[in-house]
Amino acid sequence: MLNIALPKGRLGEKVYAMFEAAGFECPSIKESNRKLIFENQAVGVRYFWVKPSDVAIYVERGAADIGVAGKDILLEYEPDIYELFDLDIGKCRMAVAAKNDFRDDPQKTLRVATKFSNIARNYYTSQGRDIDIIHLNGSIEIAPILGLSDVIVDIVETGTTLKENNLSVYETIVPISARLIANKASYKFKSEPIEAILQSFARMAKEQK
Amino acid sequence: MKINENILKNDERVALRLRDLYRAYGYAQYKMSKFEEYDLYAKNKDFLISDNVITFTDTNGKLMALKPDVTLSIVKNTKDEGGLHKVYYDENVYRVSGSSRAYREIMQTGLECIGDIDDYAITEVLMLAAESLSRISDDYVLDVSELDVVSAVIDELGVAEDTRAALLSAVGEKNIHGIRELCENAETLCRLVSLQGAPDRVIPALKELLSGSRTLLAVERLERILSALQMAGYGDRIRVDFSVIDDMNYYNGIVFKGFVNGVPAGVLSGGQYDRLMGKMGKKSGAIGFAVYLDLLERLYDGGREYDVDVLLLYDKAVALETLVQKARAIAQGGESVMLCGGNPGELRYKRRLTLTAGGDD
Repeated sequence: MLNIALPKGRLGEKVYAMFEAAGFECPSIKESNRKLIFENQAVGVRYFWVKPSDVAIYVERGAADIGVAGKDILLEYEPDIYELFDLDIGKCRMAVAAKNDFRDDPQKTLRVATKFSNIARNYYTSQGRDIDIIHLNGSIEIAPILGLSDVIVDIVETGTTLKENNLSVYETIVPISARLIANKASYKFKSEPIEAILQSFARMAKEQK
Repeated sequence: MKINENILKNDERVALRLRDLYRAYGYAQYKMSKFEEYDLYAKNKDFLISDNVITFTDTNGKLMALKPDVTLSIVKNTKDEGGLHKVYYDENVYRVSGSSRAYREIMQTGLECIGDIDDYAITEVLMLAAESLSRISDDYVLDVSELDVVSAVIDELGVAEDTRAALLSAVGEKNIHGIRELCENAETLCRLVSLQGAPDRVIPALKELLSGSRTLLAVERLERILSALQMAGYGDRIRVDFSVIDDMNYYNGIVFKGFVNGVPAGVLSGGQYDRLMGKMGKKSGAIGFAVYLDLLERLYDGGREYDVDVLLLYDKAVALETLVQKARAIAQGGESVMLCGGNPGELRYKRRLTLTAGGDD
């Protein structure tokens, strides 16, 4: 039985469609009920929905053999897993944003508000910049407006939220997309179905190009 | 006196089996103190899995550490005078572990072979690694890589130091799309990472991929060693996998990682560490591995169904001699027994006996 952790939400539904196309269907997942785990004995898969930022934890600890997580989560938590495939969906970028009229003063410590402390720290350390990280759990955009921080480090998809709040992208840190990840031990002992999924994902990607 | 192996915890049982194995191949037990001068770890911080070390001040003002690692101490105390030193250890180490970010006491077993390392020494250590895994579980895999090959393929790309580090971590994640993003003409590296599996299938492909390069000697050595292991019967459990990456400041040559089905992370890790020897001013070579016994706790199921086999409830009026006699009879019969003169609480037992002054029922 192959355990697959899917990220809750629109991205997860798209991802499930890809697994279905790869021959790992599980019809019960489409019934609307409150079940958390869906199983198809015939093809040997078990799916479950988890919070997108938790997928990497389920996979790293082996509760899920494989899963789909955004590159942002992988960069933030640095789990010890295999990153097998770039699904090329859920695309966005990790960026530094600030008020439209922001000008960086390199003489001062830069105050950075973010949900992604690790990514922000690594990025500014590589530039040798001294920063003060303000960890927030949501509504990051409000921080520079209220003067809580100079800049924010956050995911930017379309940039509409930023624009409506008179903020703009200042620097792009890294492009983000969804990745297929696997537990290192599961990859050894369940290599057959994992390889099958990987190959049919690669085939699908080629066909789309 | 015969001891029932069932009373041992999994990690203890495995530790005993491994000790038995290592001794059979001429490894002597290395017993060490729980403490070590902090200096040793401060100088080799990157070698440690976690750089958090529990420190305290000794009575003479020296900063000491509860040892987070055994290899460094063994290397430090091994004389550099040629010959071969083979030791194994069975020690508790103290380090921050997992996502809880808290200190844990971890039981670790392993061995080190220090001196003039030849092909036999490497083969023997790999064989003992495979055999150690088989004594933990029948379903195991030993992934073997050759760091000099990976390193040479990356060197040929001529990339900057930080790209090199990023490439290495992408190799460790089997992240082929990541390698392509970092470096355009890394096709050889991508092929190297995707080459994985049984040695007799991978080695010919590897020779073809690297034909004409100076790493071919290392590949041929790998081939000799793996085919000897195949002869010894470990062939179907050993896989070549270049995603096994260790810090190249310390390790070189052959490195490996062992997995058993049912444990989500590698339970065995090791390799050649000539560079660590060099950093510590020693000329000889070295190879060794460690088995992380703390990971085995959840491997075998079958928790404790019963707290005790026999619960014997007695009345205060029963003579002391009778109680002693009764208890001894049951315990010597091979069942565990718990005597209780009052309320036993929530105890799970197989059967219950009651002893009253008038005799048992």
